Amino acid sequence: MLIKRNPNGIDLPFPSEITPREVYEGRRKFIAQIAATAAVGSSLWELANREAFAQGAPAAKLAATRNAAFSTTEKQTSFEDATHYNNYYEFGTDKSDPAQNAHTLRTRPWTVQIDGEVKKPLTLDIDHLTRLAPLEERLYRLRCVEGWSMVIPWVGYSLANLIRQVEPNGNAKYVEFTTLADKRQMPGVGSRVLEWPYVEGLRMDEAMHPLTLLTVGMYGQVLPNQNGAPVRVIVPWKYGFKSAKSIVRIRFVRDQPRTAWNTVAPEEYGFYSNVNPNVDHPRWSQASERRIGEGGFFAPKRKTLMFNGYDQVASLYSGMDLKKFF
Amino acid sequence: MTANATQRPAIKKPSLGPTPKQLAALKAVVFVLALLPFARIVWLTVRQVPVDPVEFVTHGTGDWALYLLCATLAITPLRRFTGWNWLIRLRRMLGLYTFFYGLMHFLTFLWADHRFDFGAMWKDVIKRPFITVGFIAFVLLLPLAATSTNAMIKRLGRRWAQLHRLIYLIAPLAILHYWWMKAGKHNFEQPIVWGLVVAMLLGLRVYWSWNRMRSPVPSRSVGS
Repeated sequence: MLIKRNPNGIDLPFPSEITPREVYEGRRKFIAQIAATAAVGSSLWELANREAFAQGAPAAKLAATRNAAFSTTEKQTSFEDATHYNNYYEFGTDKSDPAQNAHTLRTRPWTVQIDGEVKKPLTLDIDHLTRLAPLEERLYRLRCVEGWSMVIPWVGYSLANLIRQVEPNGNAKYVEFTTLADKRQMPGVGSRVLEWPYVEGLRMDEAMHPLTLLTVGMYGQVLPNQNGAPVRVIVPWKYGFKSAKSIVRIRFVRDQPRTAWNTVAPEEYGFYSNVNPNVDHPRWSQASERRIGEGGFFAPKRKTLMFNGYDQVASLYSGMDLKKFF
Repeated sequence: MTANATQRPAIKKPSLGPTPKQLAALKAVVFVLALLPFARIVWLTVRQVPVDPVEFVTHGTGDWALYLLCATLAITPLRRFTGWNWLIRLRRMLGLYTFFYGLMHFLTFLWADHRFDFGAMWKDVIKRPFITVGFIAFVLLLPLAATSTNAMIKRLGRRWAQLHRLIYLIAPLAILHYWWMKAGKHNFEQPIVWGLVVAMLLGLRVYWSWNRMRSPVPSRSVGS
């Protein structure tokens, strides 16, 4: 079992229902004190039944083996920054909104429908999906299309593992990911900024590339809600918005999917959206980036690398004009 | 609208307004209030509270330049609706604060985005329409700030009022800059709100001048 349960077999409270940070940290201290009193088991059980505790429980740990070959040696971004500076429009358009609003997302029960041009369509609940392949930790660079970047230790396995299970047929040229769109859980759904649900997509060979990570955790624990719990995809050589969050459906299709940002602003957000310092966004240069947590206002920017530094994907695009297919 | 309102500045009823002492105190209060957002931006940035300080400072200074621009443009309508003619005494300060926040906004762009590389900045200005219009709006603020002293007002006379009507061009440019910037994220809520505010403030002027042209009462124009 990878998701920890308490001895009675009852799920611990949703790990990422994070209340304001002070409360959260204060409670951690409180828990630590209780732990110190040796009455750990019974006290925790009592606390687990309390609403207040349910709001701020530390996230469930996820055991994973570090995949060094696929990990950068750069300094990782703090958990605090990575969980409080998010673009997740289902929870609001400010980057501080998701951390504040995402606690309403219910990540259990959760099923993912995998269908379309496949021989063996599947509907998997999140626990089965999590156990489908051994979990790896990979420290990836994340480059946002807005010009900032982070370094995040994700936990998951290559999406290819799942794709092989469902056996796509010859018509499967693309993979389409659909994010949950439930107004009751997601206050931003209903805003006119995007069409809902959020849809993203990859070409089949991109989806099969071992770097493409089906992700269930980060920083050694299950994904916080604001980071796309309970399951998302991470495509490290593309701008962050390509990596769909809180996925409810993975569909294999013949034609290029109508993806969310590409639909509302096709001249600004291409279907491919590979990180590319030579192709500017119409509103800003993509030649450099601000690494979050690196030196504040006065820090010089970093040079943005082609494919975000993941040169091993270059062969996927050989012969393609990446200025045209941006 | 009465015939009275077609005159400029029209006064509903005579208002004695604050004493010079009270006015000085009021000015001091407005001075401090208008500086607070900047103090907050600096304070939080120095303490490294914002996750992305460059974005935080850029957006904060830009937002406040727009808010103060609207406040400056609101003085004349407020005077006319309330008869509080003394409000005019606060307008220069609000206008200069608009320039101050605009300058900080520009300097953040020049500093954080371009490390004071004027060549790179210029390329950005001519390449990206939303920066082009923002830059024009800022440049147009320069002569207004430079001619804000009593001596300049005296020296320029009638031409001072004409020059300062540039604000009627600057305000829509600022909205366009904001609109095009937000267009990148398809998020028009704020630009719509502030676009409507500016449209209303400028629309009143259009309405008044239209009324004045039609009115047989000779107007005593003293500028806006």
